[in-house]
Amino acid sequence: MARAVTQKRKLIATLAAWTIGMAIFFPILWTIITSFKTEAEAIADPPSLFWFDWTLENYNVVNERSNYPLHFMNSVIISLGSTLLGLIIAVPAAWSMAFVPGKRTKDVLMWMLSTKMLPPVGVLIPIYLISRDLGVLDSRLALVVILTLINLPIIVWMLYTYFKEIPGEILEAARMDGATLKSEILYVLTPMAVPGIASTVLLNIILAWNEAFWTLNLTAAKSAPLTAFIASYSSPEGLFYAKLSAASTMAIAPILIMGWFSQKQLVRGLTFGAVK
Amino acid sequence: MSTQHSRTAARFMIAPATVLLLGWMLIPLCMTLYYSFRRYRLLTPDRTGWVGFRNYENFLTNPAFMDALTNTLALVLGVLIITVVLGVLLAILLDQPMFGQGIVRILVIAPFFVMPTVSALVWKNMFMNPVNGLFAYAAKAVGLQPYDFLSQAPLLSIIGIVSWQWLPFATLILLTAIQSLDSEQMEAAEMDGASPLSRFWFITLPHLSRAITVVILIQTIFLLSIFAEILVTTNGGPGTASTNLTYLVYAESLLNYDVGEGSAGGVIAIILANIVAIFLMRMIGKNLDA
Amino acid sequence: MGNITLKQITKSFGDVQVIPPLDLEINEGEFVVFVGPSGCGKSTLMRLIAGLEDVTSGSIEIDGRNATETSPAKRGLAMVFQSYALYPHMSVRKNIAFPLRMAGMSKEEQNAKVEAAASVLNLTDYLERRPGQLSGGQRQRVAIGRAIVREPAAFLFDEPLSNLDAALRVGMRMEISELHKKLATTMIYVTHDQVEAMTMADKIVVLQAGNIEQVGGPLELYHRPRNTFVAGFIGSPKMNLFSGEEATKLGGDTVGIRPEHLNVSTESGMWKGRVGVSEHLGSDTFLHVHDTGLTDLITVRVSGEMAVHHGDTIYLSPDMDKLHRFGADGLRLA
Repeated sequence: MARAVTQKRKLIATLAAWTIGMAIFFPILWTIITSFKTEAEAIADPPSLFWFDWTLENYNVVNERSNYPLHFMNSVIISLGSTLLGLIIAVPAAWSMAFVPGKRTKDVLMWMLSTKMLPPVGVLIPIYLISRDLGVLDSRLALVVILTLINLPIIVWMLYTYFKEIPGEILEAARMDGATLKSEILYVLTPMAVPGIASTVLLNIILAWNEAFWTLNLTAAKSAPLTAFIASYSSPEGLFYAKLSAASTMAIAPILIMGWFSQKQLVRGLTFGAVK
Repeated sequence: MSTQHSRTAARFMIAPATVLLLGWMLIPLCMTLYYSFRRYRLLTPDRTGWVGFRNYENFLTNPAFMDALTNTLALVLGVLIITVVLGVLLAILLDQPMFGQGIVRILVIAPFFVMPTVSALVWKNMFMNPVNGLFAYAAKAVGLQPYDFLSQAPLLSIIGIVSWQWLPFATLILLTAIQSLDSEQMEAAEMDGASPLSRFWFITLPHLSRAITVVILIQTIFLLSIFAEILVTTNGGPGTASTNLTYLVYAESLLNYDVGEGSAGGVIAIILANIVAIFLMRMIGKNLDA
Repeated sequence: MGNITLKQITKSFGDVQVIPPLDLEINEGEFVVFVGPSGCGKSTLMRLIAGLEDVTSGSIEIDGRNATETSPAKRGLAMVFQSYALYPHMSVRKNIAFPLRMAGMSKEEQNAKVEAAASVLNLTDYLERRPGQLSGGQRQRVAIGRAIVREPAAFLFDEPLSNLDAALRVGMRMEISELHKKLATTMIYVTHDQVEAMTMADKIVVLQAGNIEQVGGPLELYHRPRNTFVAGFIGSPKMNLFSGEEATKLGGDTVGIRPEHLNVSTESGMWKGRVGVSEHLGSDTFLHVHDTGLTDLITVRVSGEMAVHHGDTIYLSPDMDKLHRFGADGLRLA
């Protein structure tokens, strides 16, 4: 819209948007600030926003006295593991559906999507019992597999919509130019697909990192990722706001940063390409 | 591209994903269905047998079920109304020319990336706690009695927390949709003498209708399965005041160790979710043709 | 190098046969244009030759060798796609060099060939750019460059000019014709635009519904269309075709006369009609004439300016030796 906007209108919009934006962001900001307070300051009356003695004490305590590093590693392994596994399964599937569509491709895609609609609670018991009987309850392996499966439809869909945007003629051109299947994938398809794959990976890590149904139900102490570990703060003993805040800040920081980078792709991924 | 060779290769490449998902869907589904007709309690695993529809009867006549059903509906509808209405308004605001638009956007979408257990705990302790929460301080500061949100109005509090988590999602999708609105259409409407309000009503809103439908359907799928927020804040209580269907099934099977009745509840949850799913699939399927 | 022979090839998609059995001989060095309305199977035919589609039956021979089962890369053909199909992540230089790189050629040789092709195509200054930074015409030239460096047995062009604007299209048409003269390599060119076909081809293959309607030089098609379809398709404006009493009188079931072979008079002539729209191009005038009793609309081309108005009555007379007569089966009589 090539149109001059009055300065006044722009200022009002700026003021309104910033106020609302800060209000929405405030709980996160408050958590981050509190993580630098002492426990006493964290519940001081009146609460102080900036004027207190900033301390890193809570981070040290959380890191040393609890098993925080273990749970952090669990989160990393589970989200990266499930993403990688999902990618290995999904890339060939999405590739062939995008470039060699058959009569049933659309049905297969829709069916894959439908598995995502299955409420987890509907299959909680069998999965719980199977994991128990296989002895993988409270193991990272079980979570990697389950999170791979629940996010597989999203990965396939996202890759499919990205691959679909690569014109088929380019691949044909490569074949006319004498590229073998291997060099076609290596020199033409991959470089063109990398941005799409990257955003798929990013979104999937976010989803896996924050998944809080299976992680809460299938883990106890050993393999609990941060979602489950943080939940254990819900029955607190003593003063703990500052430590809770420190643990929370560390748990959400990596994903917050990743998420900000993947805003655009997020829309496409979460709406299965229905909104771009 | 469609030579015989490549078609055969394609089938092989789709196979792993298809087989895995098929297994993931069918095996547990059949087991849930199987257990739902069996007597199976984890505390007395030896006494088993077919019980017909008794598990369904027990689950459906359990007074907690009606509570859970209404709570589930209230939770879904409440969050949907809040996030869609505020989402539309916020999206329109963010679409206006302003300073630091990128940063505001980042601030607004941030809650979506916070893991459910963290946001539930932060709200529960640091904001809603009747003694040390920020809301309590605020109330005291203006001379009011602090309000114990999670025991006085547990469901409303959870609706608030969940809305905070999902508002960014709705806003982001609606904003994306608004930005795809052809500005010439708006200018044409302006030339036709439409006021800002009628432009919103006759142009913007119809343009957003598709995105709004997508937001509603996708959120519904997720909102039906809200679990961590309840587990962390209220454990479904007090009583069953904030128990939803998902939490009830969890409580039946893993807290009361009644696998049979829990499975029956699971089947009911699947049926409810499928009703929503059918609409969503139609929407996305249509888009696939376009 | 560059003989292509199609023997009884067919192509079916599922139950639908898009190419019924078809024979075609393309000689070395020829510029052959496949032309026909959209959906006539011309692109499919080219893709069969390229190897991007499998033939359902029949055989394709390239330079005497059976290439029916050969992969596209090994047929020694180069193709220029409608969308140009440039690799967006590679520079112009890398795009042009890609087939050479795939063939395992050394870097120096690659560079020498790329530079040579670039100078022929006026791309030397753009070698380090990405396709996204080029204009439509430049992209087109890069696509051609990528085809040239392979020194193929034949070039395949799939509607290469359809994405260019009118002015550029005329220019590129010349450049491709010029290139053909210079390289003297077989070229197969698909288009739906009969003007492109007429101006560029040595040999035109007119296709309809997968069938070859006629094969011949441009003027042969113009002067002796084998049937009513070719008669109506080749030539601009279209030939006037009419049947009925008047046609029978002239000795055919259907009779055709080209707009340029009708004489106009305001006083007398064979057929009387009423002027509708007239298009003044300066050099020519096209008159749309109604109520002649032949068909609803007869188009007439008059050299230079002609002062007639909408609604005027005029008389038309054909050049009798330029009449085209067709039988009931649509085939040309004699």
